[in-house]
Amino acid sequence: MGFLRIEQVSRTFPGVGGGRPTQALERTDLVVEDNDFITILGPSGCGKSTLLRIVAGLEAPSTGRVLLDGQAVSRPGSDRGMVFQSYTLFPWLTVRENVTFGLREKAMPLAEQARIVESYVDKVGLRGFENHYPKMLSGGMQQRTALARALANDPKILLLDEPFGALDNQTRALMQELLLGIWEADRKTVLFVTHDIDEAIFMANRVAVLSARPGRIKFELRIELPHPRHYRMKTSVEFSGYKAELTEQIRTESIIAAQMAA
Amino acid sequence: MLEPLKPVSRGTRIFLGAAFFVLFFAAWGVATFGGFVDGMFLKDPWYTLRIGWSLFTEFGFIEDVGVTIWRVLGGFVLAAIVAVPLGIAMGAFKFVEAFFEPFVSFARYLPASAFIPLLILWAGVGEAQKLLVIFIGSVFQVILMVAVIVGSTRRDLIEAAYTLGADGAGIVRRVMLPGAAPQIAETLRLVLGWAWTYVIVAELVGSSSGIGHMIMDSQRLLDTGQMIFGIFCIGVIGLVSDFGFKWLNQRMYPWAF
Repeated sequence: MGFLRIEQVSRTFPGVGGGRPTQALERTDLVVEDNDFITILGPSGCGKSTLLRIVAGLEAPSTGRVLLDGQAVSRPGSDRGMVFQSYTLFPWLTVRENVTFGLREKAMPLAEQARIVESYVDKVGLRGFENHYPKMLSGGMQQRTALARALANDPKILLLDEPFGALDNQTRALMQELLLGIWEADRKTVLFVTHDIDEAIFMANRVAVLSARPGRIKFELRIELPHPRHYRMKTSVEFSGYKAELTEQIRTESIIAAQMAA
Repeated sequence: MLEPLKPVSRGTRIFLGAAFFVLFFAAWGVATFGGFVDGMFLKDPWYTLRIGWSLFTEFGFIEDVGVTIWRVLGGFVLAAIVAVPLGIAMGAFKFVEAFFEPFVSFARYLPASAFIPLLILWAGVGEAQKLLVIFIGSVFQVILMVAVIVGSTRRDLIEAAYTLGADGAGIVRRVMLPGAAPQIAETLRLVLGWAWTYVIVAELVGSSSGIGHMIMDSQRLLDTGQMIFGIFCIGVIGLVSDFGFKWLNQRMYPWAF
């Protein structure tokens, strides 16, 4: 059955100025179970963001369809929360107002809104910064706010498009643990796009590897590391085994991608 | 000192700004008191100041100033009431933009001053004509600038709002409007400056009151002192209103500054 089904989805962008159309995604399938945490791993420019944007409804597939909980996706909606790689907090709203954005859209009673928002402000560790504007926050804090904003809406699935890609290594590691902690507590269904192999293994129950452009899911790897996960696992023997396997897969694709670019 | 984009302290900034004014008046003084320029063409600063004082104390110049300010604000507010909503609609909806944009772009190049003879014919030489000159001079500019500002709302913010469940109306109301508001306010500040040009032009032709009218009268008396004082008054009022506008913007949109 599957909670989220990606069926024969492809995407071709029309050529610019009479140029040839570019195929970003080849017909591909993916089934995500309820409460699954899946990372989509691929070399840059392989169309992994495009795939995620199609699931979000921000782009239409050229072929195929996406089903969420049996419903075909045709437009963006609050049932699919998203965190982007770029900082997308509304600069005119404080942290608290940003997190409340989706709840206000739902016209939920104010007391209820406040209760939910406060709990997520605590969960992502932003207590004391509720009244700050985004420009006063570090990159990591902005992404934590963006995560809280997406989670507060209680989406059926959380879509993450390299959310920690712009952060430094230390902050990124802390953010990974934070997100993993929230997932272990709430068991949300998550689709997480990344080009970082360590991140893909550490976060996921299953890693889906995308081929070089045009992208297609060519390999899936189940990650059997136990939960709760700890950062020390990144140096374990099992982790290294997964990493060796994925590195080999990604390397092949990166070489193809580099040759295409040349 | 000439390192690109190196900030200067607040004190230095005020000092340098004031220094140029001092330099300007000194040069004026040297040119006139030194006898380099005939008093017929340019009166000295001291005379200008005294004649200015008497304009206020003996000739009720404050009323002229008041009338002119009223006209500028009136025409400007009218233009803003029409232009801001229309500009927002054009920026947000491509359909509306396609309908209005070509005409507004054309109308923008029509010089407001060229309408004065027509407007006198249509609206007489009363207040309506003065307001209309300012209105025509500002409205098309504001429409286009607001449309561009709203149309250039960050795409990623719009997408984020969509994924948070906002619909089209929500995007306009909760993303485009608040995001564009500070820049719209800045645009209005800019256009208010231009409105001062139009009002004086309107007052030079067919008017019986206002700063422009006083300047015109002074020409008949060959009093360059009064003319220069009138021009200076406009500069001072412009500077004050500009500061006020800036201050208000920074108070209203602290996140943008």
